[in-house]
Amino acid sequence: MYSPDNIFTTTIDKAVRWSRTQSMWPVTFGLACCAIEMMAAGSAKYDLARYGMEVFRASPRQADLMIVAGRVSQKMAPVLRQVYDQMAEPKWVIAMGACSSTGGMFNNYALVQGVDHIVPVDIYVPGCPPGPQSLMHGILTLHDKIMAGEINR
Amino acid sequence: MVKNKENSEDLDFWATNSEEGGWNISSTDEGSQKMNDEESEQQIKIQTGSDVVDDYFIEEETSEDERMIVNMGPQHPSTHGVLRLQVELEGEAVRRVKPIIGYLHTGMEKTGEELTYLQGPTNTTRMDYLSPFFNELVFSLTTEKLLDIEVPARAETIRILMTELNRVSSHLVALATGGMDIGALSMMIFGFRERELVLNFFEKTTGLRMNHNYIRPGGVAADLPDNWQKDVKEILKIIPEKLKDYDEMLLDNPIWQGRLQNVGIITPEECLAYGITGPSLRASGQGWDLRKMQPYSGIEKFDFDVPVLQESDVFARWRIKVLEILESLKIVEQAMDNMPKGPYKIQDKKVTPPPRKRLDESMEALIHHFKIYTEGFKVPEGDAYVAVESPRGELGCYIVSDGSSKPFRMHVRGPSFCNLQALPIVMADSPIADAVAAIASLDPVIGDVDR
Repeated sequence: MYSPDNIFTTTIDKAVRWSRTQSMWPVTFGLACCAIEMMAAGSAKYDLARYGMEVFRASPRQADLMIVAGRVSQKMAPVLRQVYDQMAEPKWVIAMGACSSTGGMFNNYALVQGVDHIVPVDIYVPGCPPGPQSLMHGILTLHDKIMAGEINR
Repeated sequence: MVKNKENSEDLDFWATNSEEGGWNISSTDEGSQKMNDEESEQQIKIQTGSDVVDDYFIEEETSEDERMIVNMGPQHPSTHGVLRLQVELEGEAVRRVKPIIGYLHTGMEKTGEELTYLQGPTNTTRMDYLSPFFNELVFSLTTEKLLDIEVPARAETIRILMTELNRVSSHLVALATGGMDIGALSMMIFGFRERELVLNFFEKTTGLRMNHNYIRPGGVAADLPDNWQKDVKEILKIIPEKLKDYDEMLLDNPIWQGRLQNVGIITPEECLAYGITGPSLRASGQGWDLRKMQPYSGIEKFDFDVPVLQESDVFARWRIKVLEILESLKIVEQAMDNMPKGPYKIQDKKVTPPPRKRLDESMEALIHHFKIYTEGFKVPEGDAYVAVESPRGELGCYIVSDGSSKPFRMHVRGPSFCNLQALPIVMADSPIADAVAAIASLDPVIGDVDR
């Protein structure tokens, strides 16, 4: 119901940035060990629902954030890029763990040495695997980044 | 037309191993849309070396138009990672399934040739990421067999304690994700909640929640923390209570029973023909458990049973994991009560690095420390294979040593890889709705399949 007594003013920039952070739906992109910690972050004890993020979407079209959780092999790389391309703008990427950030301990023929060779990465979360707390810190850092950034990326 | 075909082959290079024979390349960029040419029953028998009846071939009277090939994965929440399946459907019924693996190939066996034996567990622990302790254990046991050394009693019991707790946490994840795949979302929340209990103990002991690098050739990396019995007692108290909750919620639930009973049956003969081990084999009436058959790390001293079920369906494979958790907790309790005192590493200067405080006092200790961490210890020439019973089945490690401080070749026999072979027979001739239940019940970990 419309009530003329309750009014607040803001800028469109702030409103858009705020709304983007408050329900950022990740796409399920579990690859390896980090995916288990990502699932743990979404479960009872750590509970990503507090940030409106518990809805891991199976379809990239409905997601805003891709958490690349695990090692990306050369065979998986085109699949990853395709999923990223299918996501609707605006979209963000978190490289979770050492392997997706830099290749980690596997400097060999099979792995992509850092997922930033394929997609632009916003936040790198260190650890092998990063605990749920680290992942949540990465997500909150991304929120800060969005709140401080431009709405036109 | 010819030009078009060339294009599609370029695109298909990533999606499939298109150099393989028998593949028909279509003109989409989704990878091959046709499966292998149908093989005769005789050929299958020759390939598998068995008389297993493969009854999943398409009946002659159905025409090509009624069949449809659906790609499932590699990015799919129910394939437990990055497994890709080509499913040939006839209406709602699955007729043929072709699992395509390699999307998580990390080259770990090759990396293992460039790491010393002391660094080896760092690598192997990341293979089957739900049961890291077992990977470390099997690598350490193989190295110890080559070195011909025996670890102290305390180290062996710590190993048993940690691996059996790891079996509990791994089965809890299997129950959780299995429940999630079939739609019981509360099971997912519950399973991960109880897993945190075990993981907290791991973190306290090893410093990490996963990928511990704790069990190393010659013993374990650190002693158990102070008051560790308190944490283990808490685990022993809480988890059986919660398992009763799971039973009330799911096992006694008529919807759950009706959904999973008589679904995804693997007969004992098929199990033996395909080399399936672990809970899936024991749910098919075969009481094969390496802990009893080829005991390792002194597990023969513990009193426990091997649960065996006869039903061979998805429901039995679910139920046996609950029973195995209870048996593992029995072993954990005995290990806690009978923990021997003494060193937790072998007292062999050539294998165990000296403790930090000795480095300030002794030149000899400093030299040993430097040599072990830079060059590593030398392992005599030869080869060895050791297998342990991981939560998913027989996990084996085969190492060939050329006398240097690094393995000449390291091969790991992953249980998930062999169990995944059964997917075509489990899923064939069943409704597509049961496909996800069948995958979940086999509990494949793609890190273990691809390595």
